[in-house]
Amino acid sequence: MKFIKAFLSIAFTLILIWALQRKFGPVPPLGNFLSPADGFWQNAESKNILPTTHLMLPELTGRVTIKYDENRIPHIFAENEHDLYYAQGYVTATERLWQMDIQTRQAAGRLAEVVGPMALETDRYHRRMGMVYGAEKTLKAMMQEPAVRQMILAYTDGINAYIHRLHPRQYPIEFKMLDYAPEEWKPINCAFLLKLMSETLAGGSNEFAMTNILRRFGAKTTNDLFPDYPMHEDPIIPVGTKWDFKPLPIPHPSASFLGQMNDSVKRAIKEEGIGSNNWAVSGSKTANGYPILANDPHLDLTFPSIWYQIQLSAPSVNVYGVSLPGAPCVILGFNNNISWGITNVDADVLDWYQVKFKDNKKDEYWYNNQWNKTNRRVEVINIRGQEPLYDTVIYTHHGPVVYEDKTKKAAGSHDFVPVGDALRWIAHDESDELMTMYILNRGKNYADYRKALTYFNAPASNFVFASKDNDIAITPNGKYPLKYKDQGKYILDGTDPADDWHGWIPFDQNPTVKNPPRGFVSSANQSSTDPTYPYYINWSFAPYERGKRINDRLTAMQKATVDSMRILQTDTYSIRAQDILPTMLKYVDASKLNQDQLAALNMIKTWDKDFTVNSTGATILGTWWAQLYKMIWSDDFADKSLQNNYPSVDRTEQLLLKEPNSKWFDDIRTPAKETCADIVNQSFKAAVDDLSKKYGKPGKGWRWGLVKKMEIRHLTGQEAFSSGNFESGGTGSTVNALTGGHGPSWRMVVQMGPTVQGYGILPGGESGNPGSFFYDDMLKTWQKGELKELLFLQSTDEMSDRIKTTLTIGSK
Amino acid sequence: MLFLIILILSFASGFFLPWWVVAIAAFSAAFFIGKTPGQAFWSGFLAVFIVWMVLALFKSIPNDHILATRVAQLFQLPGWGYLLLITGIIGGLVSGFAALSGLLLKRAFEK
Repeated sequence: MKFIKAFLSIAFTLILIWALQRKFGPVPPLGNFLSPADGFWQNAESKNILPTTHLMLPELTGRVTIKYDENRIPHIFAENEHDLYYAQGYVTATERLWQMDIQTRQAAGRLAEVVGPMALETDRYHRRMGMVYGAEKTLKAMMQEPAVRQMILAYTDGINAYIHRLHPRQYPIEFKMLDYAPEEWKPINCAFLLKLMSETLAGGSNEFAMTNILRRFGAKTTNDLFPDYPMHEDPIIPVGTKWDFKPLPIPHPSASFLGQMNDSVKRAIKEEGIGSNNWAVSGSKTANGYPILANDPHLDLTFPSIWYQIQLSAPSVNVYGVSLPGAPCVILGFNNNISWGITNVDADVLDWYQVKFKDNKKDEYWYNNQWNKTNRRVEVINIRGQEPLYDTVIYTHHGPVVYEDKTKKAAGSHDFVPVGDALRWIAHDESDELMTMYILNRGKNYADYRKALTYFNAPASNFVFASKDNDIAITPNGKYPLKYKDQGKYILDGTDPADDWHGWIPFDQNPTVKNPPRGFVSSANQSSTDPTYPYYINWSFAPYERGKRINDRLTAMQKATVDSMRILQTDTYSIRAQDILPTMLKYVDASKLNQDQLAALNMIKTWDKDFTVNSTGATILGTWWAQLYKMIWSDDFADKSLQNNYPSVDRTEQLLLKEPNSKWFDDIRTPAKETCADIVNQSFKAAVDDLSKKYGKPGKGWRWGLVKKMEIRHLTGQEAFSSGNFESGGTGSTVNALTGGHGPSWRMVVQMGPTVQGYGILPGGESGNPGSFFYDDMLKTWQKGELKELLFLQSTDEMSDRIKTTLTIGSK
Repeated sequence: MLFLIILILSFASGFFLPWWVVAIAAFSAAFFIGKTPGQAFWSGFLAVFIVWMVLALFKSIPNDHILATRVAQLFQLPGWGYLLLITGIIGGLVSGFAALSGLLLKRAFEK
């Protein structure tokens, strides 16, 4: 009896310990997670930081000094380049290791390995679209360039030096929550990160939907509703810029072929607001006579921040800016001589090819009037708690056949991916974008800028530039396939060589402009050029409003200062309201409105067209326009195969402003024949009724900041680690493009001159640890629309009272 | 006495050995000097309950409890104090049952 009691008690204790070490669903192993010895308590960083510390890392060849300022931004001083990138890897890993791990896993299709079957489809998609295939090729190219190779190897070693020193109790908290361990960093991870950027910025397409639209409405209507150049535009390369080159012959269109697709689908909505602004103003327009450059890349805002601020200094280089955790160099920034920034071009560099297989074995496909062999690539996907999945992907010469038949396409996967089509994507090609960054980091002048850009393939980016020599320039730059006009607007014919990419637009014929007479250059994802540019880059770009506002302001600006630029970055005036609101109001018949609707009408009539936090007019216009847009198109585009791929905002505005008698205003689901006036009135009433229902009578409750949702979320989606909803002005079509979870992921303004001075702010902090004082210490400043003066040290001896900690690292 | 020994052992092992070592400490201490099941359980429970909370506070106070507050929210608790208490209780339970087991095993061998 005594033995039984003892046995039961021991058994119970052991089971308790076992249970506390086990992960149940999303709940981390509680014993491990809560114990003070191993658990999350260990991640609580102390506010007491030693002013000086020393560290020994035997792989260093010299001595490295890292000075941390009050935001824990590292200023790294090394005696040679190897040590510099080694230290960059080490320091980045100390703050962002989990972010680096999870982003690499996402790109590589290896999430299921740590989170289980729920991530399997995400992984399969990434594998099947050729992320690994592309990363392997990119790695090869990177390793052929000695400078980049040395940089990546040193960076990798630095990260691993940190990982090797880590005891499990020091793992970042997310590893403890998800119950897995960090693994060795590999050079290919740097390539994966670049592929992930390509996927974010140039990985979507609407060719499937466009093909269905073409089949449904015919060419004439499709061309009318989806024109190749918008009504409103203010292109990046100023209108009238001469193309001083002899273009290559433009390829002839192929005998056109429509893909045979009719699956039911939802739309991959292209979010307004994923885009960016940048500009540079020449010295002739600034107060101190030297150029000023500004950049704010808009992305999905997250914790940890997408960017990591850093200063990198060695005898051959001294540069400040933001880096991508997981890649060496500064990506956006400045040095003593030049500054540069990036926005997305949105070039048409992703195409689908309808494949004709010989039979069900799919070993051969028809191309160029003969049968050609397919290749196969086996992707092994490890799944936590399950057997690995072996997924075979068929490749034609174009690229991977993402889903060769319907059985391969699981429910919930991307709808824009057509079945039976091969994917040709620029990110599959060899490329060496880090060489661009390597040269820019050391760049001295315009010639270096031009040289650096030749290495940059994807995602095609508008590179803005300003130098101490008083040069400014902008280049919508990337490796652009040579195509016939609109090649890739619809799904292409995989059997016809005439539909292949026909080589490349020569780099020196990419659109570019240097020191234009207007005294500034700018981009906000709008059309790269006017229609006189001889080559096809894409048929549609982001709407022109942000670009137009920036250009209007910069044109008017004289004696510009850093603060003029800061104010422009946070500008929320709506060009869209300016363009369409007077016409919309003209149609409103006040005699048929109820009291609430009249009150709302008065509010919007007196509105100053500014999407400020307290504006109620902004809320009314936003809701009204959304209703109007939906009412015009949702009837005609009701068919699921059209994926809600409505004509653009610009085309809809044209309808409203210039074609009030168009048949598209008629709601084909009602017997009545609606006109433009009917729809404008109906949508106004619907919008006001909707707002009244949600936010009460027209008044303070309708403030834009209250109605618009804005939150910066942690990568795990955990509310506890996120910012929570906060009030903000702006919308997708204003310069300060804050909407949903998107917005300026980094705001930077650089005043060039004899002494360069940078300003910048991150929507978060340097640390990825929710238990750090530096996790979100910059968020408030960012929310207020202020910038911080960036500390750009000229040497390790330069003193500054902003330096709070100094870390020295030596091999001894 | 048993309480003190478990307290010292679990405190000493606290920051460098895996957390379940407290179970071994409580088990062996109770095996050798435990008196009654009640005394063993409560000595084990209280000792680690206190040690875990103190060790957690060592980390959390210089942190102004910013992490503990966030993690409390993660577990949908109203404040970091609750999280601290749960931490103590979990450690206490493991240690309490381990001590009880130690004592019961000793009893089983006693004639």
